[in-house]
Amino acid sequence: MAQAAAVAKPPAPPRRRRASATPRRLPYLLITPAALLMLGFIAYPVISVFYYSLQNYNPTKPWRNGYAGFDNFVHAFTEDPVFWDSLVFSAKWVFVEVGLQLLFGLALALIVNQTFVGRGLGRAMVFSPWAVSGVLTSAIWVLLYNSQTGITRYLADIGIGSYGTSWLSDTSTVFPAAIVADLWRGVPFFAILILADLQSVSKDLYEAAEVDGASRIKQFWHITLPHLKDAIILSTLLRAVWEFNNVDLLYTLTGGGPAGETTTLPLYIANTSVDAHNFGYASALTTVAFVILLFCSLVYLRLSKFGGESK
Amino acid sequence: MSVKEATKAAPAPAPTAPEPPRPAQGRRAWDEAPRWQIYLPLGIYLVFTLIPFYWILLFALRPAGSTSLVPWPITFDHFEKVWTERSFGTYFANSVLVGVATLVMTTLVALAGGYALARFDFKIKRAFMLALLCSQFVPGALLLVPLFEIFAELQMINSLGSVILAETVFQLPLSMILISNFIKNVPYSLEEAAWVDGCNRMTAFRIVVLPLLRPGLIAVGSFAFVHSWNHFLFALMFLNNQDKQTIPVGLNTLMSADSVDLGALAAGGIIAAVPVVLVFAFIQKWLITGFSAGAVKG
Repeated sequence: MAQAAAVAKPPAPPRRRRASATPRRLPYLLITPAALLMLGFIAYPVISVFYYSLQNYNPTKPWRNGYAGFDNFVHAFTEDPVFWDSLVFSAKWVFVEVGLQLLFGLALALIVNQTFVGRGLGRAMVFSPWAVSGVLTSAIWVLLYNSQTGITRYLADIGIGSYGTSWLSDTSTVFPAAIVADLWRGVPFFAILILADLQSVSKDLYEAAEVDGASRIKQFWHITLPHLKDAIILSTLLRAVWEFNNVDLLYTLTGGGPAGETTTLPLYIANTSVDAHNFGYASALTTVAFVILLFCSLVYLRLSKFGGESK
Repeated sequence: MSVKEATKAAPAPAPTAPEPPRPAQGRRAWDEAPRWQIYLPLGIYLVFTLIPFYWILLFALRPAGSTSLVPWPITFDHFEKVWTERSFGTYFANSVLVGVATLVMTTLVALAGGYALARFDFKIKRAFMLALLCSQFVPGALLLVPLFEIFAELQMINSLGSVILAETVFQLPLSMILISNFIKNVPYSLEEAAWVDGCNRMTAFRIVVLPLLRPGLIAVGSFAFVHSWNHFLFALMFLNNQDKQTIPVGLNTLMSADSVDLGALAAGGIIAAVPVVLVFAFIQKWLITGFSAGAVKG
């Protein structure tokens, strides 16, 4: 960009001197802090996770530590049913959660993009759970689902469910219960991102479409949706990665239970490392999770033709 | 008016008067749906959004053991209890420190890096951008062990610095991408004009670009604050002493206690929610414009 500017403008001598005095080294200087932080606290840890995945590494059992080759991986894929269960649950969780968030988020964004009385307040209220995340969401829904004094009790009064059951400790209800709790704060995130992009659709397009007699549904299908495509693809991917990786909510809401029913792969990894101190095995699982995530993301971007011919 | 009327009205003038493309009289603007299509779904969604908030308020304000659906008589015992007995006062101070420090560090580092990415072409730029994107796939929770070892090496376990550093690093990539997009939206010619007037790069940036970046910086900064305020695992892992803990860890302790004190949990939850909800209400407007400028047109 600096070069282009220098070529395009007839170079007035004093400005040119000033502008080109520093730039050669300046950009490197500017990215140094960020680069150092990321090298030290992201790149290096990632590499050490790969390294540990080939080790037996457990600080509480030092006599067993040492090079293990691919034993950790072999164990995960052939002998560890919890690994497979958590993988399947992760897929189910991300798929259902992100799908519903996208659907409701899109609808919500379309609604609050209209002009209506009390729009500012309405937006602030429906978006507010976005700020409340992870542990606090769990805390709130633990109160709501409480078997003695939660909303379940009042729902039982009007004939939905039964008294004294906590939806979080029953294997048949824990999945929808956790999904609803996470939707509560996930939908606003989608809605905000989509709303941001909605604001940039040119109103002329709609006016032209209206003149041509296109119905509102057609306008949505042929103008709004194509315009939102890239934003939807990107926010869906970000959210899927985030929902996959996020441990806060399930760790505190269900702890992975009942009976391992809600253990995602990252939650299993956290338990393996934090509670069981089996760092080598946890690192191997982490490596698997990382590869799966990267692979899925690449496939997703390829399939959705992100940033292709549309712009 | 209904949808049918709105759409039927439109084609009518077209065959008779083809040249004025948009007859302005009484036509519904493109973004005006029928009222009930707005208020009905919004109302339902609002109930879903607000019931949990109401519930936590209810538990926090009504006396222990009450099952009334209205918090009356109001009591602040639960707040007093968590603030003093459950050390939420300390947690709160720690969380504020972590949040503000993360905000400042993220914004400054991302501003420098974002400026480089927006205004210069340099050799490793593509590689750097790729690294930023890839880092989005690195799950923070999964790096707990190596991060723990690094901080142990740096003698930073049990110091809030470890959490601040970790939060900052995980906020950086996205913040930098956003800020560089904001800067790209500021015409380069404005800066060049300032140079002609005798400013150096730094001054030109400060007086010309920075004021225009304000909404974007508010969006990025508040994002960093809210994230570090809410995030849980780093604090859980790197801080052992109770007087160093942050609010989410305090909440988790309340939840995992043998007999959960629901009133205390609710009061703690409200203490945790108030700062972020306030920040959020305040920046809501900038957030949307900030994102539409920064995220989507990248």
